[in-house]
Amino acid sequence: MTVAVEFSNISRHYGNVKAVDDVSISVAEGEFFSMLGPSGSGKTTCLRLIAGFEQPSAGSIRIFGKEAAGVPPYEREVNTVFQDYALFPHMSVLQNVAYGLRVKGINKTECCKRAEEALALVALADYGHRKPSELSGGQRQRVALARALVNQPRVLLLDEPLGALDLKLREQMQLELKTLHKKLGITFIYVTHDQGEALSMSDRVAVFNKGKIEQVDHPRQLYTQPKTSFVANFVGTANVVSGDLAQQICGSHQPFSIRPEHIRIDTLATDSACMKISGEVLDIQYHGATSKIEVAVGDAAMAQTLTMVLSNTEHSEAQLPQIKQQLTLSWPQHRVVMLEESH
Amino acid sequence: MQSALSPTTLATSTKPSLRKQIVRYLASTLYRKNTLFLLLLLTPPLLWFGVVYLGSLFALLWQSFYTFDSFSMSVTPDLTLENYRSLFDATNFDIILRTLTMAVSVTLATAVIGFPIAYYMTRYGSPAEKGFFYVGVMLPMWASYIVKAYAWTVILSQQGILYWVIGHLGMLPLLTHVLELPGIGGNTLATSNLGRFIVFTYIWLPFMILPIQAALERVPSNLLQASADLGARPAQTFRKILFPLVFPGVIAGSIFTFSLTLGDYIIPQLIGPSGLYIGTMVYTMQGSVGNMPLAAAFTVVPIVLVGIYLKLAKRAGAFDAL
Repeated sequence: MTVAVEFSNISRHYGNVKAVDDVSISVAEGEFFSMLGPSGSGKTTCLRLIAGFEQPSAGSIRIFGKEAAGVPPYEREVNTVFQDYALFPHMSVLQNVAYGLRVKGINKTECCKRAEEALALVALADYGHRKPSELSGGQRQRVALARALVNQPRVLLLDEPLGALDLKLREQMQLELKTLHKKLGITFIYVTHDQGEALSMSDRVAVFNKGKIEQVDHPRQLYTQPKTSFVANFVGTANVVSGDLAQQICGSHQPFSIRPEHIRIDTLATDSACMKISGEVLDIQYHGATSKIEVAVGDAAMAQTLTMVLSNTEHSEAQLPQIKQQLTLSWPQHRVVMLEESH
Repeated sequence: MQSALSPTTLATSTKPSLRKQIVRYLASTLYRKNTLFLLLLLTPPLLWFGVVYLGSLFALLWQSFYTFDSFSMSVTPDLTLENYRSLFDATNFDIILRTLTMAVSVTLATAVIGFPIAYYMTRYGSPAEKGFFYVGVMLPMWASYIVKAYAWTVILSQQGILYWVIGHLGMLPLLTHVLELPGIGGNTLATSNLGRFIVFTYIWLPFMILPIQAALERVPSNLLQASADLGARPAQTFRKILFPLVFPGVIAGSIFTFSLTLGDYIIPQLIGPSGLYIGTMVYTMQGSVGNMPLAAAFTVVPIVLVGIYLKLAKRAGAFDAL
């Protein structure tokens, strides 16, 4: 397995602000690698470090084994799809796509041929003569993709590429990106704040928080085995229980996480391998396929709200609890994930 | 029934707010009739622009067809093309060429000097630096134009600071050589075309920097990053992305510097060799000679030249990125 991009103890500081703080990652060739985190968590800075728009304050970046520090963007074998596309407004779509080839001195006919192929790849074959301003958001997105891919990069960097699109289009583009990734076999590094997007598309995901990496894992592990409460909360919804309440339930102060879908309303409470706690229903929200129920548990000193999800196909409306109803919640012990403290 | 009743009741019961009612009525009428509102807003400026500005311009153009009798020194309203024909007389055509050459050189010089300053202001300046540059660029415009022009006559004179500096650098022989060049030189800097060129460039520089700076400000920096990302070297990014996008700003600035130089009549009188410019020619013709028709014909020259210039700029793709 070839390593495409490797960060060793990379930091990027702006004055006192540590945008990226001692990050080490290694992305394999051909991998779909996502960097997930809230805004300001350092994920975009990491991408810009790979593209060469930023230089690290400390540490080293290697792209296919070559030290990248000090190498300008135009000498790197990576291409970027920008968040707001960054299409050149004074050029036609075809000129935009051909730009990367033109500046490398490839002759005009060859450029046009390859640019048209790239446009066909993103299903925009007949749009070459238009100006970017005449395209819709989704079409501009595809042009930006074609413009990057026409250079046959070894690593494609995508900076929240679907952020500006509406939900339906976003889902469609997710599928297309995934297909494209399989077809081309190159490394994709994908920055997003949308955990659903990261989980559904990626081979591996790095979760960023305050300039540091909390966890790097496969999507399934990330969801089922979050290491920290930040990851548990950011990737999907989780009930993170800590402190005295954890002591009361588990017998230990160490925080733990339990997913809403694993919590049951306990009427029989037969299973001895279950954890239990009683509480009062605060709110019930209807979400189509599921209903979300907020339950207040613990006494006044350590009150906390637990969220649980019930399937609406398995429970009729009459079977759902009522607001202010007292009930006992339980969950299987093996669904509990013990967490480390977050940074 | 109610509608028949209400006007009287309204009038009596709400008499104090009659004024309010009228205002209300006017406001809602203007709100509903958008065009009327627009018309009210635009009529005064349009009158000003149409009658005072364009009107006098057409009056001027009209006069350029009048006949000037050089024998009796009087103007008669007999229409003729003689004034325009005489623009192509050797002496008059010389004036036009002289002014045009200066305008083109000043425009090029201000663009070359102004671009890096504007670029630095936009891309590298911190907010405080930007403010400093803004003031720095505009400060000369706060001082009187005449004062600045006279100040330059002192600066460029043989006893002036420029000679002093050049002398201390030991470069006086070089200056002498430059001043011996035909077309550029003269006896001293203050009486040379070079000196005139320096003053023009100085005076009009802000008019070039500010439009370029505004145009640069509108170019998102991620376009430049995208260009670099796609493999373009900085020079290529400048040529293919930055310059085309900023070109309309350069053209806007050059229209200022070009037309201001074409029309100026103070600097040619104070600095540089003798020999008329379009501006000084108009000044002489309408002032001391009283040949208003020829002065009017000369005034048309800058208008035509700027028109041609814009046409060429458009053909060069100056406005494609707009």
